[in-house]
Amino acid sequence: MEGMNVRLISGRTAVQGQNLDSKLTEKYFGEVARCDMNGNDMEKLGVAKEDTVKVTTAYGAVIVKAKQDDGNPEGMVFIPMGPWCNAVISGDTHGAGMPSFKGVDATVEKTAEAVLPVKELMRTYMG
Amino acid sequence: MADELLIRNGVVYDPINGVKGEKKDICIRDGKVVDSVTNPKVIDAEGRVVMPGGVDIHSHIAGGKVNAGRIMRPEDERKGVEPKTKVCRAQSGYSVPNTFATGYRYARMGYTFVMEAAMPPLAARHTHEEMVDIPILDNAAMPLIDNNWMTMEYVKSGDTDLLAAYIAWMMKATKGYAVKVVNPGGTEAWGWGKNCNLNDTVPYFDVTPAEIIKGLAEANEKFEMPHSIHVHGNMLGHPGNYEMTKDTYDVVKGIKPYRDRPTMHATHTQFHSYGGTTWGNFESKADAIADYINENDHMSIDLGSVILGDTTTMTADGPMEYSLYQITGRKWTNHDVELETGTGITPFLYSGKVSVHTIQWAIGQELALLVKDPWKVALTTDHPNAGPFIGYPIIISHLMSKKRRDESAEAMHKAIFDRAALPSIDREYDLNEIAIITRGMTAKTLGLHEHGKGHLGVGADADVAIYDMSPEERDAGKIQKAFLNTKYTIKGGQIVVKDGEVVATPPGRTIFVTPECDDKLTDEMLVTLKDKFAKYYSVTFNNYPVQDAYLPNPYEIKAPWRSS
Amino acid sequence: MVEVTDVVCSLCGCVCDDIVLEVENNEIVKVKKGACSVGKAKLLGHERIKSPAIRENGELRECSYDEAIKKAAEILYKSRRSLLYGWSSTVCEAHKVGVELTEDLGAVMDNTASVCHGPSVLAINDVGLPSCTLGEVKNRADLIIYWGANPAQAHANHMKRYSYVSKGYWTEEGKKGKKMVVVDVRKTMTAKMADVFVQIKQGKDYQVFSALRAILRGHEDVVPDEVGGVPKEQLLEVANMVKESKFVMTFFGMGVTHTGARHNNIVNAIQFTRAAHLHTKASIMPLRGHYNVAGINQVCTWETGFPFAIDMSRGYAWYNPGEQSATDLLYRGDCDAAMIIASDPGAHFPGESLKHLAKIPVIQIDPYANPTTEFADVVIPAAVSGIEAEGNVYRMDNVPIRLRKILDTDYLPDEEILQRILTEIRAMREKEGE
Repeated sequence: MEGMNVRLISGRTAVQGQNLDSKLTEKYFGEVARCDMNGNDMEKLGVAKEDTVKVTTAYGAVIVKAKQDDGNPEGMVFIPMGPWCNAVISGDTHGAGMPSFKGVDATVEKTAEAVLPVKELMRTYMG
Repeated sequence: MADELLIRNGVVYDPINGVKGEKKDICIRDGKVVDSVTNPKVIDAEGRVVMPGGVDIHSHIAGGKVNAGRIMRPEDERKGVEPKTKVCRAQSGYSVPNTFATGYRYARMGYTFVMEAAMPPLAARHTHEEMVDIPILDNAAMPLIDNNWMTMEYVKSGDTDLLAAYIAWMMKATKGYAVKVVNPGGTEAWGWGKNCNLNDTVPYFDVTPAEIIKGLAEANEKFEMPHSIHVHGNMLGHPGNYEMTKDTYDVVKGIKPYRDRPTMHATHTQFHSYGGTTWGNFESKADAIADYINENDHMSIDLGSVILGDTTTMTADGPMEYSLYQITGRKWTNHDVELETGTGITPFLYSGKVSVHTIQWAIGQELALLVKDPWKVALTTDHPNAGPFIGYPIIISHLMSKKRRDESAEAMHKAIFDRAALPSIDREYDLNEIAIITRGMTAKTLGLHEHGKGHLGVGADADVAIYDMSPEERDAGKIQKAFLNTKYTIKGGQIVVKDGEVVATPPGRTIFVTPECDDKLTDEMLVTLKDKFAKYYSVTFNNYPVQDAYLPNPYEIKAPWRSS
Repeated sequence: MVEVTDVVCSLCGCVCDDIVLEVENNEIVKVKKGACSVGKAKLLGHERIKSPAIRENGELRECSYDEAIKKAAEILYKSRRSLLYGWSSTVCEAHKVGVELTEDLGAVMDNTASVCHGPSVLAINDVGLPSCTLGEVKNRADLIIYWGANPAQAHANHMKRYSYVSKGYWTEEGKKGKKMVVVDVRKTMTAKMADVFVQIKQGKDYQVFSALRAILRGHEDVVPDEVGGVPKEQLLEVANMVKESKFVMTFFGMGVTHTGARHNNIVNAIQFTRAAHLHTKASIMPLRGHYNVAGINQVCTWETGFPFAIDMSRGYAWYNPGEQSATDLLYRGDCDAAMIIASDPGAHFPGESLKHLAKIPVIQIDPYANPTTEFADVVIPAAVSGIEAEGNVYRMDNVPIRLRKILDTDYLPDEEILQRILTEIRAMREKEGE
């Protein structure tokens, strides 16, 4: 199906915090390269847990794994703060010093593409 | 080779040693004043005024509230910027200068010791971290011990010895110098948004501020403490507070100090000498306060004299700052500290066009001029509350010149002529009296004269200020200029300022007092204190005391328990 | 086996200081008491950077400390405008050397507040901050508000030690005698614990603060039926809880700083607190992330006059966040070298800003490899502050606490690494006869 228009936010999680100093591990990868969505939104997109989704903003696109969290209202998705979320965040602070890490207009769609491991993700910024 | 210096032919004002403007040589070896030198570097001070390094008895220069003031006021930081030099670090700030600027600017005025006026015990490490970063100046800090739950409980139960044991422990834990009192009871009440008068009962603690002050004064005198309790009383800054101020002084009357010094130092007295009942009929009562000081010998005061212009007010008196912020509607920071004290900060503009500010401006100077004995008075602006320390030379020039005062008064609000006494006072300070209120009295009142500060007798620290003025100078403008930037400032025998420029930045020492208390008493007190830590503090007992690492250049003064 | 008590956690801004460890053979074998899951993970250790290294032909080559420090000094010395960024996970003793280095180089110094509570600092610049220490909250607060914050995940001991669940002098019943309001855009783990959960529309924090301010200042009539997705009845309910409380404490997180009006949100949060203070005792505090992000703000302020985003190229401190903030500098490509210490912009900066970081020489000083390591040309491993090195830190309420050294190490502490880089740079300058 077509991509769904959503608002993207990010934030800390406990497991993300536990692996702040071990960001190159599988545990961090599993926790942070994911996207929490309301179950209804997942249904609309036809994605199940562990399926990959592509999140696209005006500033880039990133592949993450879908995870259900009904604490999220419909139309909003949450990616834990970290490299994957930041792949689609603007560097422009509009003179305020703070990028817009939350409340970014995005589209989410189901994809067959795989999630990039962190080192490969970093490499996309090079050259 | 010994490091020797000879200051030749200066006109020396050394009031502690009774030297009143005598042409005299000062000999220095290895950082101390000595009788004679053999092969010295010579400074020609012919015809210039020479004084011991200045000793500031009360100034907010380091710690949590000063830094909160800086964070809140980038506009103030932008005022005082000066680029780094080969010798100096970069400078910022006017009323709340960065630590480097604080050291340089004081040294350029000839000061070599500054007492940080209020150290919240829980944040003592912060005060020390900043003091280490203030170059040149020797320093010390007074921990707040009056709104502390431990203090109030011992005052209530009447256990003065246990209160003394608590003071001893806190002084050691904070590496502090003297007992500081700020709005006793009132700051605790501020934890609930309330405040206290001198004889109100502190909510939940069933003691009065008067009882707290008396208890602390008695406990303080259990030791050979170099300084008395240092008191910022209740209802600072309120119209009509002068009666309460006198009542506060009465509280400690009759308590015998351990040595020849006052039983209480009342700080920034300008803010406590107000008549009237509202801001509308606000008037000076400096005369009533001066009369009290003249008639009694158990008190010393400092001025808290106003410098016109914008400044940043800051104090542990949280409710006072809240009242001030309610008046101005400007920025306001508050920081209450668990079980101990508080903090309030708000910017303030003293304007010579406003009647109240004009009268405040007059009161500080009136106190200096109406108190007959300068040994009872210290020059302060309660930096930065009544104005930044950089304004001291302005006050000096006013105290020394009736003409200057009259000129200033003419340009200010006319209220100064009918609600203040300053225009009718003819007295002019001489340089000896200026030396007393900026070094002699302050060193003696703090007990630092016994540790080499505030005088130039043999054995004293070789801290010397040489001002580029003749003792006959009467031009107020020239006096002000001379006191702003010395010809030379010498700190511990080293030239740190030459021709108004900082030329060396040795680190200062931190002076602290260790009251000695017997173990049995301490152990009994610790049972109660450890219970407070277990239940109410947010840090552990073992992580609380300031570690030695925070005082790289310590100087300890022991205060033995008095046997009788 | 030795038991070590009063250990201070060097992970988040809570800086818990009552941790008990078991240490055996210079290794922490057990966290017996005090730490949350996040702190525990740090105390038990992660894989370390093994050796200093220099990147050659795209690969990191291991080298000595001397060589790496010399290379780092060369990069900074040659740079015309370097960015010295990070600082929040190290001690104040290192910060001081950092400021001196910044001054010496005429560089820009910024810290992680820039992408965290920088807007809170800007708001404090504007209006001040009515606040208190965490012990005040523990002893007095009967109403706790968490706004745009999820302490149950991010500051796991916060409620237990300092706020909703803790017991103190006037709060001996713990949470039984308290109320908790959580304001968030999603129902977080923290929100599930709240007495009242106010679910607002994303980006509407400013409006909701305004509505509460209006009600508290007696202008209920101007508030429409719904504000930012919150029904007026619920706003009145919260305002009423504030009015009836004896001591209300608001903690806010990046849900407020990262969103919409940014620092203006925080100005309004503080104005809400001022309005609440007309009725009760009201305080407010940012939930600081790293254990010493408050400390780097403190040190920078007393040494330069300003808390973050400091440009020393003029010889004195120039403060203009939004121009000199690290993300802005990188986004504009306005620095030609970077030293990253005790932080990880690779993980936490927008991708758009990382493109420039990938281009310029980068020095990394850190105990652990992380995404930033991928960009680093010089990697200098450091001792872990709070485990292998001691020093001063400032808790989120600016209470200073000294980290303890628990284990011995051959890794150099940050302070020493920085001091050696500075000494090298000064030697280079002297050699060149400046």
